[in-house]
Amino acid sequence: MEKWILKYFTLIRVMIALIIGVAVTILMIYLISEYPGESLKYFFTGPLASKGRLFNIFEMAAPMIFCGVAIAVSFQADQFNLGAEGSFVIAAAVGTAFAVSTNMPAFIHIPLVLIVAGVTGAVWSLVPGILKAKWKASELVSSLMMNYVAFYFSLFLINSYFRDKDAGFLVSLRLPETALFAQFIPGTRMHFGIILAVIVAIAAYYFLYHTTSGYEFRQTGYNKKFARFGGINIIKVIIMSQVLLGFIAGVGGMSEVMGIHGRFLWQAPHGYGWDGIIVAIIGRSHPILIIFSSLLLAYLRVGGQVLNLMGDVPAELVNVIQALIILLITAEAFLGQWKYRITRRQAEKEEAAK
Amino acid sequence: MNELFSSIFSVNFGFAILRVMTPLLFPAMGIAVSTMAGSQNIAMEGSMLIAAFFGVIVGAFTGSLWLALLAGIAAGVLLCMILGYFHLKLKADIFLSAVALNMFASGMTIFLLFMITGDKGSTSSLNSPVFPNLTIPLINKIPVLGGILSGHNILTYVALISVFLFYILMFKTPFGLRIRAVGQNPHAAESVGINVNRTKMYALMLSGALAALGGLYLSMGYVSWFSRDMTAGRGFIAIAAATLGGMMPLGTMLSSLFFALVSAVAIYIASLNIPSELIQLIPYLVTVVALAVFSGRAIKRKKEKEIEADKELETEKDE
Repeated sequence: MEKWILKYFTLIRVMIALIIGVAVTILMIYLISEYPGESLKYFFTGPLASKGRLFNIFEMAAPMIFCGVAIAVSFQADQFNLGAEGSFVIAAAVGTAFAVSTNMPAFIHIPLVLIVAGVTGAVWSLVPGILKAKWKASELVSSLMMNYVAFYFSLFLINSYFRDKDAGFLVSLRLPETALFAQFIPGTRMHFGIILAVIVAIAAYYFLYHTTSGYEFRQTGYNKKFARFGGINIIKVIIMSQVLLGFIAGVGGMSEVMGIHGRFLWQAPHGYGWDGIIVAIIGRSHPILIIFSSLLLAYLRVGGQVLNLMGDVPAELVNVIQALIILLITAEAFLGQWKYRITRRQAEKEEAAK
Repeated sequence: MNELFSSIFSVNFGFAILRVMTPLLFPAMGIAVSTMAGSQNIAMEGSMLIAAFFGVIVGAFTGSLWLALLAGIAAGVLLCMILGYFHLKLKADIFLSAVALNMFASGMTIFLLFMITGDKGSTSSLNSPVFPNLTIPLINKIPVLGGILSGHNILTYVALISVFLFYILMFKTPFGLRIRAVGQNPHAAESVGINVNRTKMYALMLSGALAALGGLYLSMGYVSWFSRDMTAGRGFIAIAAATLGGMMPLGTMLSSLFFALVSAVAIYIASLNIPSELIQLIPYLVTVVALAVFSGRAIKRKKEKEIEADKELETEKDE
């Protein structure tokens, strides 16, 4: 039992953090709501109560998976890059611009638009990568700045050249039918991008855990000096991790346009990149786990919406809870005493067995 | 074009720049303090937001400006103390914890806003006090300059004065020396008996207080209500301003001024039907370039030092 706890300690810690988060949620609903029983039901079973809401979870999880996997790839190489947001937005804008100004059959158009978006995102996130690799400039600050540049540049591009003047508000022209993802379940917005997100996560898992380059990423993240000593080209790893981050986030941004909205419509930063950080932390930067952490976060968000709509507790409760969960997961020393005691007892036992 | 120039070179425009600068300068100094202590605090956005909120709420219910000020600062400092606790005691990554606390502040303020006023948008239904504007005698008599410098909110002057106080504190007092020592080399600082964690905690609290003043200015000076996510990324722009300013007091002030100038120009340009987005992205682009240049120079200097040290070693050997 104790050996098992040690082996899966990080996972158990995440689980305990999640349980505490849920417990606090229940407590807060009890304190605030006039009819707590009903409210709890709305929150926990609401997302599963109708077809629309259930698939809402998957729709909402797709961009989280893309951004979460993108960020996880850079986290694994010990890069703290906030640039997923910027790549996501600028790739969506450039991809939209490309899609509305070209015309070709769907089976070429869709992959081509996705590639254009992915490459845009990759090039964009190359900037913090190069600055870090060449001059050791903090990727945190430079990627944050590049997010703003990406956002304003996207607005400029869409509002000045690709604006739909017939629409009542500032949005881009609609994408041609040939560049839209098919929505395959009637009555929902389930689209191909959601499947693509899962494929990307699996591919990222394969890359990180089953290829030499992926090993180099993780080794660099684990111990830079040792990695360099072992002959790994750190600069290459840093730059490659940023490029991958930008590419995945870029494809995610475009997929959101092609699957859900059909046009570029963000006039204020939406925070997809921040969502990505949340799910990457909860999923411990493991691409497969990120699929589940994204679904979990989306489930909580939909639950919050239902609660907000039907009950008397605001949806922002979820934001408070997710912050608490992240704080607990990132606190290395949280449950550290417990682990220490188990490790010590194990060692004593082994000692006695000798 | 003439219209543009005449509006930019007007007294109103100069006045607007200082107005826009205030909520950037406070958190930018907060970033500078915490960075000097070696624990960059990117929870400025959250501290500002939570201070802006509690300032308005306490102000509205007590009618006292002083209590509002106190509540706002306490809220901002408390948030950074939580950050400090998680970072220093529980060994959490400071950036990730700060990201979480920003989220917490955004969610919590909207949550409480709804619980208190039944409205999720703003506190416009509450009657909250604002910090007064000051007319500075003598200066207000000077043509042009008087119009730009006088008549601002009292917090704008506090911001300008605190740049000076910041300099004194960091470079002329033992406390500032301790903060810088901890930031530059925690092990060396510890070896001469400085309590590293406590010093870092003080720096984080100070940064929280500065951010709180910026938040209070937003909800009780710039406008007279709290609205959801009203900081609108100013806490992050402050990171850019502090970075561009090299984390030094005067530099941070000048770069905050620069950011304010650009956003004021962008507002004017947008009213003339010229796409303002390209103007708005300039400060961020400049920051990225500046970051590259500064970091490049720092590395070069380090290398030169290493080469010198090697040479010295060699000459010592020769002797």
